[in-house]
Amino acid sequence: MTDLKTGPRVDPAPAAAADAPARTAVPPARGATWARRLTPWGYLAAALVLLVAFTYVPVANMISYSFTDWDGVSPDKDFVGVDNYVELFTRPDLFHVFFVSLFYLAAAAVQIVVALYFATVLTFRTRFRNLFKGLLFFPYLINGVAVAFVFLYFFKEGGTLDSVLALVGVHPKQLWLGDPDLVNVSLSGVSVWRFLGLNFVLFLGAMQSIPAELHEAAEIDGATRWQVFRGIIAPSIRPIIGLSVILAISGSLSVFEIPFIMTRGFGESKTFVIQTVKLAFDFNKMGLASAMAVVLLAIILLITWVQRRLVPDERADRP
Amino acid sequence: MTVPSTARAAFDRRERRAALLRPVAVTLKYLSLVAASVVVLLPLLTIFFTSLKTEQEMAGGDTLSPPRDWFNFANYATAFTKGEMLTAFGNTAFILLFSITGTVVIGSMAAYAIERFSFRFKKLVVAAFLVATLVPAVTTQVATFKVVDALGLFDTRWAPVLLYMGTDIVAIYIFQQFIRGIPVSLDEAARIDGAGSFKIYRTVIFPLLKPAIATVVIIKGITVYNDFYIPFLYNPSPELGTISTSLFRFKGPFGAHWETISAGAVLVIVPTLVIFLLLQRFIYNGFTSGAAK
Repeated sequence: MTDLKTGPRVDPAPAAAADAPARTAVPPARGATWARRLTPWGYLAAALVLLVAFTYVPVANMISYSFTDWDGVSPDKDFVGVDNYVELFTRPDLFHVFFVSLFYLAAAAVQIVVALYFATVLTFRTRFRNLFKGLLFFPYLINGVAVAFVFLYFFKEGGTLDSVLALVGVHPKQLWLGDPDLVNVSLSGVSVWRFLGLNFVLFLGAMQSIPAELHEAAEIDGATRWQVFRGIIAPSIRPIIGLSVILAISGSLSVFEIPFIMTRGFGESKTFVIQTVKLAFDFNKMGLASAMAVVLLAIILLITWVQRRLVPDERADRP
Repeated sequence: MTVPSTARAAFDRRERRAALLRPVAVTLKYLSLVAASVVVLLPLLTIFFTSLKTEQEMAGGDTLSPPRDWFNFANYATAFTKGEMLTAFGNTAFILLFSITGTVVIGSMAAYAIERFSFRFKKLVVAAFLVATLVPAVTTQVATFKVVDALGLFDTRWAPVLLYMGTDIVAIYIFQQFIRGIPVSLDEAARIDGAGSFKIYRTVIFPLLKPAIATVVIIKGITVYNDFYIPFLYNPSPELGTISTSLFRFKGPFGAHWETISAGAVLVIVPTLVIFLLLQRFIYNGFTSGAAK
C-alpha cells in the first residue's frame, strides 16, 4: 500500500472553512455551507447513479422476479412463493448444470498449480525469460470469440489436434466436442489455455516483489529450490493464491462464452449461465431464470464470505 | 568441535548432489517451458496458416502444412468486406472511446470525493461500492436487461457504453489508491491560491493520476474489446455488431469455410498482439495492480 502520509490526515474541508472567514471576515452564509456539503455528492453522483441503476436495481428486481411466474414480456405476473426454487432443486435437468461446473473447477485447480510452477521457474534466472512470460500470458488477452474459433478448428475432425496425434501414430476415433463424455473435458481445457496467463502473471508479480536479499540469504544457507519455495515464496504469495481460488470458483460457476460459442451449450456442455440466459430469453421463464441467478449470486457471496473468514485480508481495512 | 565438521560434511554432500542434479533439472525446466510454448502457439499457428490457404488447399486436407502462398490475402478481403469487419471495428472504437473516457472521468471524480472529502454516509457509499464488486455482472444480466430496456437503450451503442462505465468499481479503487499517495499539501497550496474544489481536481489531482489512468485505460480497453456477452445481449442488430459479435456471426454464412473464419479470427487477434508487443510492461503492471485491488 502506498502510505506516504503517516501523520494524521488533514481534512481539507474544515481547513477551508477556517480559511474563508479569516480572509473575508464575514461569517459564511447558509447557502455556502449547503453548497459545501453537497460538493462531494456532485463528484459522486454519476458513479452512484450507474451503480444503483446497473447493479442494485437489477439485483433487487431479480430477487422479486424469482418469486413470480413472470414470462418477461406480459404486464402481469403472479406471486408463486418459492415454487421456482423448488423446481430448480428438484428437476434433475436443471440441477445438472452444477455438475458441469465441477469440470471447470477441476480445470481451474490444474490451472493454478501449473501457473504456480511456471511462475516459480521464471522467478529464477532463465534464458528468454521475457519471451516465455509473454507466450504464457498472451492467450489471456485474446478475444473470447477468436479463442472459441481457434479451438473449434483445433478440436474438429481432422483438425489441429487430430493431425498432431496422427503424426505420432495415434488415430483417435472419438469426436472431441461431439462426445458427451469428452465435451466438458475439451471445453475446460480451452479455459485453462485461456486463463492460465492471468494466474501466472499475478503469481510472478507477487514472487518478484520478494526482496532479492531473502533469495541470496537462502542461497548462502544452501537451501534447495523446494526449500526456497516452501519457506520464502509460498508465504508471500498466499493472499494472491486466496484471490485466485475465489476467482476460480466464481469463474467456474459463471462460465458462458466458450461453451456458448463452441457448442451453443447443447447437451452435456450446458453451463449455469447458458441455462439462465436460455430460460430467460428463449423460453420466457423470467421467474425461473431469476431464481437460478439468485442461487448463483448467493453461492458466490457465500464463498467470498468464507474465504474472507479463512484468509483475513489486511486490505480489508480500507476506509 | 564435531558439530561444524558434520555440518560441513552435510553441506558438501548436498552440494555434490545438487551439482549432479542441476543439469537434469535445468533440462526439465527448459523442456517444460518449450512444451508450454508449443501448446500456446500451435492452435494459433494453424489458424494463421489456414487463413492464408486457398479453398483447393483446404480441400487437400493437410491441416499442419504451411500455406503455399504466404501472401494470399484473399480470405482477409472476404472476411473484411463480407463479414462487415469495418463496421465492427467502428462500433468497437465508438464503445471503447466513450466507455473509457466515462470510466476515467467518473471513476477519478468518485475517488476524489471519497479520498478528499468527509461527508455524511461516506462509510455507506464506500460499502455500497465494495459490495458491488462481489456481484458478478454475469449473474444479474437477466434483470439488468429489463433496466436497459426500460431506459430505451436496447439495441443502441449506448447500452454497452453505460454498462461498461457502471460496472467499473475496480477503476475507482485504482484511482483511490493513487490519490491517497498525492500529498494533501498540494491541494492546500492550490486552495490558498484561491482554487475551488473542481479546479483542484482538474489542475492538481487529475494530471498527477496519469499512471493510474494508463492502468485503467489498458485494463478497460482490453476487457471492452474482448467482451462478447454484453453486445450479444444488447445489440442484436448486425449493423451494431462489435468485433466479438460480428466474428461470432461468421459461423453461419461461412459455415465450413474455415479459411475465411480463420482470417476473421486473425484480424481480431492482430490488434491485440500489436498492443501487447508495444505496451508489454504497462499491461503486466496493469493486470497485477488491477487484480490485487
